[in-house]
Order: sequence, then C-alpha cells, then structure tokens
Amino acid sequence: MTSTGTYTPRPGAAPLPRMIAAQAALETRMLLRNGEQLLLTVVIPTLLLVLFGTVDIVDTGEDRAVDFLAPGVLALAVMSTAFTGQAIATGFERRYGVLKRLAASPLPRWGLMTAKTISVLVTEILQVVLVTVIAFALGWSPHGNPFAVLLLLVLGTAAFSGLGLLMAGTLKAEATLAAANLVFLLLLVGGGVIVPLDRFPDAAQAVLGLLPISALSEGLRDVLQHGAGVPWVDLGILAVWAVLGLGAAARFFRWE
Amino acid sequence: MRSEPVVQVQALVKRYGGKTAVDGLDLVARAGVTAVLGPNGAGKTTTVETCEGYREPDSGTVRVLGLDPVRQARELRPRIGVMLQSGGVYSGARADEMLRHMARLHAHPLDVDALIERLGLGSCGRTSYRRLSGGQQQRLALAMAVVGRPELVFLDEPTAGLDPQARRATWDLVRELRADGVSVLLTTHHMDEAEQLADDVAIIDAGRVVAQGSPEELCRGGAENTLRFTGRPGLDVSSLLKALPADSTAAEPAPGVYRVSGRIDPQLLATVTTWCAQHGVMPDGIAVERHTLEDVFLELTGKELRS
Repeated sequence: MTSTGTYTPRPGAAPLPRMIAAQAALETRMLLRNGEQLLLTVVIPTLLLVLFGTVDIVDTGEDRAVDFLAPGVLALAVMSTAFTGQAIATGFERRYGVLKRLAASPLPRWGLMTAKTISVLVTEILQVVLVTVIAFALGWSPHGNPFAVLLLLVLGTAAFSGLGLLMAGTLKAEATLAAANLVFLLLLVGGGVIVPLDRFPDAAQAVLGLLPISALSEGLRDVLQHGAGVPWVDLGILAVWAVLGLGAAARFFRWE
Repeated sequence: MRSEPVVQVQALVKRYGGKTAVDGLDLVARAGVTAVLGPNGAGKTTTVETCEGYREPDSGTVRVLGLDPVRQARELRPRIGVMLQSGGVYSGARADEMLRHMARLHAHPLDVDALIERLGLGSCGRTSYRRLSGGQQQRLALAMAVVGRPELVFLDEPTAGLDPQARRATWDLVRELRADGVSVLLTTHHMDEAEQLADDVAIIDAGRVVAQGSPEELCRGGAENTLRFTGRPGLDVSSLLKALPADSTAAEPAPGVYRVSGRIDPQLLATVTTWCAQHGVMPDGIAVERHTLEDVFLELTGKELRS
C-alpha cells in the first residue's frame, strides 16, 4: 500500500518511560477519584488521628497521645494504600478485563507493575504529608533518624503490596473486597496502630508482634517517639513478609 | 495484497480441563478482512485469544505477522490491535481518558479527537465507563483496538449487542481499515456480517474449520443455487431439461411451480426464458435463489447458527 489514509498502519510502542509514566498517572487518577478508596486512605487515618489525638480515649501512658498515634497512623496509611486499596483496585481490574486488555498493549507486565508501585508511592507521599501536617497541628514532636523512617515505609510498602497483589491475583474480586476490608479492620485493632500491643496478653503479643502492621507501627514508634536507631528487628520482619508476599504473588498471580 | 499470511494457525489444539475447545484447527488469514464464523462455543474466542498471545497452544503452531504470539509478544504487541469481547476498561475511567491513555502507549497513534468524533463517542462526556451504554462500551473497545495504528486488528464479536445503526457504523470503520491497508480478523455469528465485510470466511464448528473461502466461493461450493418460476401446470419439463447444461435438474414440485437447480448463470437464465417463449409461457415470479452462508453453514454442520 502506497497511499496513506487515516488508518494506514504505523505501529510502534511508545518509549518505556513514557508508557510507565502514563500508566502511573492513570492509576493514581483512578485511585484518587474512587470514593471508597479515599475513605480508606485519607478519611479513616485522618479521623483516627484527630479523634484519638484530641480526645483521651486510649491510655497511651504519660506521653502525649499524638506522639504515640502519629507513627501508628503512618503505618495505617501505608497499609491502606499498599494493601487494602491496591488489592481491591487490582482485583476489580482483573475482573473487568483491564489487566487482560493491557497485557495486549505495548506496555510490558513489569512496566504495569512498576506503574502500580509508583502510583502507590505517590499516594503514600500525599498521605504522609497530610498526616504529618495534622500531627504537627496537634503538637507532635517527632525524633529519630529520617533515613530509618524512610526504610521502614519502603519495606512496609513492599510487604503490603506483595500481600495485596497475592490476594487480588488469586481470589475473586468480591472476595478480595471483603477480605481486604476485614484484614484492614483486624490489623487496625490488633497491629499496634491505635491500641498499644502491650495491652494484649503476653501470648497474643508474641504473635501480633510478627504481623507486618505491628512491625511497621512499632518500628516507626521506636524511631519517631523514642528516638531509637535503626530498628533492625522490625525491618527484618517486614523484609521477610516482603519476600514471602511478593514471591507468592509472582508465583500465583492470575491475570484473568 | 493477497500474498503473505498475516495469521497462520496449524493443527491448533487447546483444551480446558477435560474439554477440548479447539481440536486441530487450521486457519490462514491474509491481508484484508477475514471472518471467523461459528456458533457460540465453536472455539472462535479461544482461537483468536491464542493468536493474541493470551493462551499457549496445547499443540500446533500459531504465527501472527510471522511471529510467535507468546514467545515474541514484545515484538508483536505494538503491531496488533485487540478488541476483547467485553470489558478491558477501568470502571471509573471516562471514554476519552482511556482512549488517550491507549494512544500514549503507542509511538504514532491516531488523532484521538478525530477518532472520538468518528465513532460518536463525544456524547460520552464525563460519564465513567461503568455507566456507558453497551453500544458506547463496544465502540470504545473498537477505538482502543485501532488507536495505535496497528497492522492487524483482532475484533472478537465487534457488533454483538449493537443496534442496527451502530452496527453499520462499525462495518463502515472495518471497510475503512481495509481500504487503508489494515488487516482485520473478526469473529461473528452473524452471517450478514461475514457476507458484507469479509474477503475470506472460515466457518468453524466444534473446534475445527469446516470450510474456508470467499463468501462467493463458499456459497457456490456448497449446495447448488436454484431458479424458480410459476407458469401453467403440466409443462413438459423433460424438454426443458434437454435444453439445460448436463449438471442441471428441472422439476415441477407443485402444480404450476417450476424449479431449476444447477449453476445458475446468465446463460442458463436465457435458456430457461427462451424455452418459456417457445412454449408460450409467461414465467411469473421468476427468481434466482442464491444460497446464503446460512444455508452453507446448515449443510456443513447440521446446525442453526444462532441456537
């Protein structure tokens, strides 16, 4: 064919960075547009911080409530986005053939996963900024090494992403929706977010302490509230969850 | 233009659990429009999805634009456009947003605004995908398949559930694609769609191709066509038969109703009318009944296409 019409073939993939940037931007827009997702990622953490930070419901010892709460709410924010939000969104993308359709596009699978990770990180940055501003308004005085905090947040994101994607890629979308919300609620209560772990019986504490949410919230608390150095034990727990979760997700994820 | 195959499927077998969906299927699609025609459950979607790289054959080979759709997927994907039977769009995305996104994944996409205009998607406005009508969702999926300016487009039941007007619009687009040198492989269970659009039709049933050729070839190659007319009862059919070519038949199945079967061409028609003139018969209601793909399908498979 020598003539050039409107549809004359001129195939080609866009450059990879452009594809990934476009995908990440779209994923982030979808997330920020979704009311249920905003409830999980913005409203609930904010409410918990403001409510328990101003009203003395949880006995947090002699320290001010906000110094105890802010690290827990940061951990909750990470969990809400990387685990709950990502699991539900990805579960429905799988159900509605979005993952399938994208698989036939020039964007490679790892490019899609990279874009999802960027979208999660962008959302988390917005959450961290929001939580930090509110916490400062409530008189928060954080301590510690920012590098250790960053490391905890990144490993926590990896651990929760692996678990969220494992759920989204193996269960039905409705089951993922229900399970992700239930897990969110259970971990919110039992993971040291607003209820200190030492309120639980010793036997329970030992188990609860191994959960990724406990490692993240206790690790952040050690650094930000008590000015501890690098919390290696908590980082180690998160690293194990990350390896197990991402490994299982890579192994068992079904695209359609 | 009819040289290199764009799709070549040889002895494809695909099973799901104990069920064999595709059972030794051979298919060659060349440039132009190829329709894969068959009833629900014949293996159309499985065949197309194997070509798109979604499924790996249990045995047999599949080549699309000369490439292995699974092993050479990176190379193949930018060159093909895919329209799934349903879905494929974020439920919260707007039509133009999703189409623009697909365009961004390609190096030289079509003008998105022009495509939106062309397919009448402008009226979708800010409505999210889950609230679009079925027809709008179909047209968006079609637009997504062509926006990257592919060489070959796979359309899986592109007009299923469309109203007649939207169906025509889709047909027009397929014709424009063809005219501009884009090859199209589409599945359908509508005979008229295959007859209207396809250069080549592959009829599949129970996971195998039972016939392939142009719509004309298939209609000619199937049963013979017939010519019918009415006249006064009791005419001498044997004298008509003598005037006709050797492979024809002539009969009076009901009083005054005459039927001639065979290869109906202008010459045969002239022979029949000449014979009528010689016998002083006015052949009322003379009509040539061409076999449609529907008849061909029925003869080949013993099944109604739409069950």
